[in-house]
Amino acid sequence: MNIEHNIERERMTFWERIYLPEIARGLGLTFRRMLRPKMTRQYPEERWEPLGSYRGRPVLVEEDSVERCVACGLCARVCPALAIEVQASETELDKERFPIKFEINMLRCIYCGFCEEVCPEEAIVMSKDYELVFTSPEAGIMDKAKLLVPIAQLQDRLEFVRRYR
Amino acid sequence: MNNLIWILIEALIKAVVILNVILLGAATSVYLERKISAVIQDRIGPNRVGPFGVLQPFADVFKLFFKEDIVPKASDKFFHSLAPIISLGVAVAVYAVIPFAHYVEIGGTKYYIGIAPNLNIGLLFILAMTSVGVYGITLAGWSSNNKYSLMGGLRSAAQMISYELSMGLSLIGIILISGSFSLNDIVIGQANWKWNVFLQPLGFLIFLVSAFAETNRAPFDLPEAEPELVGGYNTEYSGMKFGMFFLAEYANMATSSAFITLLYFGGWQLPFSPDLLGLAEGSIGLAVAQFLVFFIKVVFFIMFFIWVRWSIPRFRYDQLMRLGWKVLLPLSLLNVVLTAAAILIFK
Repeated sequence: MNIEHNIERERMTFWERIYLPEIARGLGLTFRRMLRPKMTRQYPEERWEPLGSYRGRPVLVEEDSVERCVACGLCARVCPALAIEVQASETELDKERFPIKFEINMLRCIYCGFCEEVCPEEAIVMSKDYELVFTSPEAGIMDKAKLLVPIAQLQDRLEFVRRYR
Repeated sequence: MNNLIWILIEALIKAVVILNVILLGAATSVYLERKISAVIQDRIGPNRVGPFGVLQPFADVFKLFFKEDIVPKASDKFFHSLAPIISLGVAVAVYAVIPFAHYVEIGGTKYYIGIAPNLNIGLLFILAMTSVGVYGITLAGWSSNNKYSLMGGLRSAAQMISYELSMGLSLIGIILISGSFSLNDIVIGQANWKWNVFLQPLGFLIFLVSAFAETNRAPFDLPEAEPELVGGYNTEYSGMKFGMFFLAEYANMATSSAFITLLYFGGWQLPFSPDLLGLAEGSIGLAVAQFLVFFIKVVFFIMFFIWVRWSIPRFRYDQLMRLGWKVLLPLSLLNVVLTAAAILIFK
């Protein structure tokens, strides 16, 4: 290694080499930083409201107090983490089929959004819910009751899905 | 004999009070450090425990008390436990000679504020004690039986010994001016804005830089440089033993600040004539005012230490050694010669 060149003496001027003026400059910089507004969000009191593009917990869209899902099973088929389980059954409604059992294992879900992308009925979408804490593995398996969310709360995401899909 | 007992009792009471003040001061420094570092980094810092988070350091210490104390199997158990005690003990012992205010006169007796502020070798005592502090860190590094700890301990020993030289030499200027080793005499000599910092600007700069190196604070915190040495000498420490090192670091910082204040910034001298307050020499009111002045100066320097830590990157090891031996040592020798010459000419 050639240490004859690019040594401290060549790179720095005299005033830089005695450090003190530069140290004072650095201290001035940090002092100015102290007066700037803070970036911290006081989390439990001050929550973040995600945009429509946010992929949170996948949920089933509830329209007229019944799920849109027709239990085609595409979401379960496309899910790379095998997190979704659907069992179909028949119903008197116009859609003829409905899921008698719909479970998402939140321990397996990777929030990729494939289920939402593949769904022909816009029945499963990613919500804005990012506070996903459960205290046992069983509580992580969400059944239909936990998954159903009224359509009014999902407008942002549905709009986003329609525009960009 | 009876007299001796009273002196001992007086010293004991003072020691208990001052010990509590120091440990509270160390806790406050931890709080200040966290708060100032946060503010510099556009954060808020601790604000959950107590009002504005002021109880955070106590929460930290209680947590450390209840943590498991892990001692490595291959370590030297005795020295592993002794090292943090030396570190904290030395950091606290220095306060024996620091005067917090001048004196209070009650019933014709002068009570000096400080355990032994008139000790005629006070300055030497402090230098000796800070040198012993190296043992705490070096023993911690050696007894842990861990290569990172050992490297940290060795670095700290080398660093502290190198910087102690220029530190001691820069103090000679002050001793020449005041003609005394006693800290109280040095402070008394600085009355009416005759602060040593104006007479000894070069000596002050050398002392300031050496003080940073002595306390192992950034930009000279090589003994615990995280990227290369994990945790340095406290890698293998946990629980309250780690807590003792932690408190010792902040107590040392407070010591250095107090030391700078006493030697260069007039100590407890009021920035104006004490007659302005209408308080007599030796009254309790004046002592309180002097203590407040001293306290404000010390807190300012503690904040300066913290400010520097969060502004300036760490030195490389060879840069540190070069600065110590090739720059500060010749400069401090020059300072001694200049001061001696000036005293010869002007007095």
